[in-house]
Amino acid sequence: MNIHEYQGKALLKAAGVPVLEGVHCTSVNDALEAYDALGSKIVAVKSQIHAGGRGKGTMYNPETREEVMQGGVKIAFSREEVETYASNILGNILVTIQTGDEGKIVNNLYVESGCAIAHEYYLALLVDREEKTVLIMASTEGGMDIEDVAHNTPEKIHKINVDPNAGLLGFQKRDLGMALGLSGNALKSFFKMLGKMYDMFISQDCAMVEINPLVKTEDDEIVALDSKISFDENAEFRHKDWNDLRDLSEEEDVEIRAKETGLSYVKLDGNIGCLVNGAGLAMATMDVIKLYGGEPANFLDVGGGADEEQVKTAFSIILEDPNVKGILVNIFGGIMRCDIIARGVIGATQSLGLDVPLVVRLAGTNVDEGKAILAASDLNIHPADDLAEGAQKIVSLIGGGE
Amino acid sequence: MAIWIEEDAKVLVQGITGKQGMFHAGKMVEYGTNLVGGVTPGKGGQEVLGVPVFNSMIEAIKQTDADATVIYVPPPFAGEAIIEAANAFETVKGSGVIVCITEGIPTLDMVNAAAYVANRENVRLIGPNCPGIITPGETGGSKLGIMPGHIHAKGRIGIVSKSGTLTYEAVAQTMSINEGQSTCIGIGGDPVNGTGFIECLSAFEADPQTEAIVMIGEIGGNAEQEAAAWAKENCTKPIVGFVAGATAPPGKRMGHAGAIISGGKGTAEEKFEAFEAAGIACARDPSELGQVLLASLKEAGLR
Repeated sequence: MNIHEYQGKALLKAAGVPVLEGVHCTSVNDALEAYDALGSKIVAVKSQIHAGGRGKGTMYNPETREEVMQGGVKIAFSREEVETYASNILGNILVTIQTGDEGKIVNNLYVESGCAIAHEYYLALLVDREEKTVLIMASTEGGMDIEDVAHNTPEKIHKINVDPNAGLLGFQKRDLGMALGLSGNALKSFFKMLGKMYDMFISQDCAMVEINPLVKTEDDEIVALDSKISFDENAEFRHKDWNDLRDLSEEEDVEIRAKETGLSYVKLDGNIGCLVNGAGLAMATMDVIKLYGGEPANFLDVGGGADEEQVKTAFSIILEDPNVKGILVNIFGGIMRCDIIARGVIGATQSLGLDVPLVVRLAGTNVDEGKAILAASDLNIHPADDLAEGAQKIVSLIGGGE
Repeated sequence: MAIWIEEDAKVLVQGITGKQGMFHAGKMVEYGTNLVGGVTPGKGGQEVLGVPVFNSMIEAIKQTDADATVIYVPPPFAGEAIIEAANAFETVKGSGVIVCITEGIPTLDMVNAAAYVANRENVRLIGPNCPGIITPGETGGSKLGIMPGHIHAKGRIGIVSKSGTLTYEAVAQTMSINEGQSTCIGIGGDPVNGTGFIECLSAFEADPQTEAIVMIGEIGGNAEQEAAAWAKENCTKPIVGFVAGATAPPGKRMGHAGAIISGGKGTAEEKFEAFEAAGIACARDPSELGQVLLASLKEAGLR
């Protein structure tokens, strides 16, 4: 789960990590009041969306699609500029390299004081899957795309793995700060800041904290100038406050509904809807559809223990997608029984109607019962014995393929 | 011989009085698993499925001399259940196998649990978020997990996979060419887990019953690439592979917490290439795994 920069900064501040003064705004008027309240001559006016590349993005009018302004993060040197930038950003669409062409509408703005920057760094905390520890990564190349730095100048990226038994130790913080070329007060400031940030990463169950840039000010203080924070959703049960930080406008409605029903759904651009049990098999089903010349419309895992009602919801989610021209159901029953799927499919098609071809492949627990139930119904269901046959059938039924 | 779990292994179930635990413990017994007890704190002294329930893992292992445990404890408590089991096996008998089925354990809980297990040399963790491990026998066998037992048969193919249902698909594929399995292991789809691909490959390589291996990966991380590089240097037995997620969009979690392409890394293509570079015969369609395996067995003079 991702949160906005302004929310991340509030968490950092509460944890004791230095950030600049800033105000969350939802209107141009808010922005002007924020400017007056901050009392800083120079302020940053920053679009708040869950995607990177905001500074280099472009603002567009949502109706006319005409360009409004270059950049979704602007430095304002006067009250008038704050007004111009805020009105160019709020309610308009920001397209960045991470949003796709459709972009994202900006409803939130962050107005932040300026500071005198001496140097920009990169800092990130995340979980290292291979080492099975928290990894801290830092670089002197702040403000740049870290993937590029990693690719072109890997020696400029410094890493520490934190042993969960020992925690983050003093020498590790010092070594990392010195690797960044820090000394004196800046090193002390970095040392203190990193300890607080690590503690926050653990206590907040973060999946990632990325600060790009982290800056050294001309007064030798270390300050988080940006913040990109995401949480580990598995830990949601112990963070009731996350619900207030969730911005539902950043998520696909249908993905939210699927999640509430206990389904795992990801919308894709193709036209063959898939309903599968198990994440691995669901991915493999999409892959095989593509292999035989079709395009999957979604990833949908109904899970191991779905009931008829969940299968029905899954079906309705697939059918609501106007791009869907055919459906492939692929079930390998383990805990999931094929007869339950068969009943769910029939129930769903009876209540929702079905005007696209449907191919059903059943295997595993209670397969014969499941097949018999489908065969006895008067629905136009095309059976398949294995995944390849199912994929080939649905691709040819919608007249697709190469 | 099989790996890690023998046909007659003595098995405990943690969370045996819960709905999931009781249902699956029943299925395990039906299959032939030698269930010797269960653990639910506060419910010691009861009897479930004809076996005693204990309050703690230490007590359960002392009383039953169990070799392994299967965890069906809900996510908030599962990390601690792993640690309790690791401590008990180490303290009471010096070794043991922990299989954690639970899906949805917080990643940082797993960082702690994995480190705890790693510090206990003869304790092994399989999972979490996995179907478990099964060693089919002549009649019955030992099933530690949620996989449908009836699709398996004893044989010479070792299977290792990150996915559940895709493992069943792989099992069905071996059966389609009249091959059974030595041991099938689901290592799980979480970003931080216990046993990895390399340990499984290494154990299959050393196991006399296993003559060929099927390895199923998925997008996210680089465990498959590392395993392929390891296999190239160390494996003499034929390996057949598949990777799920060639059509997955970047940056989106595909069901499993670990199945995500981040920063352009961990794609299916990358993994297939690593497999092929290591001489692993790949199927691009899992329905062809059987035929690819058959060809590999023939090439190795095993059919």
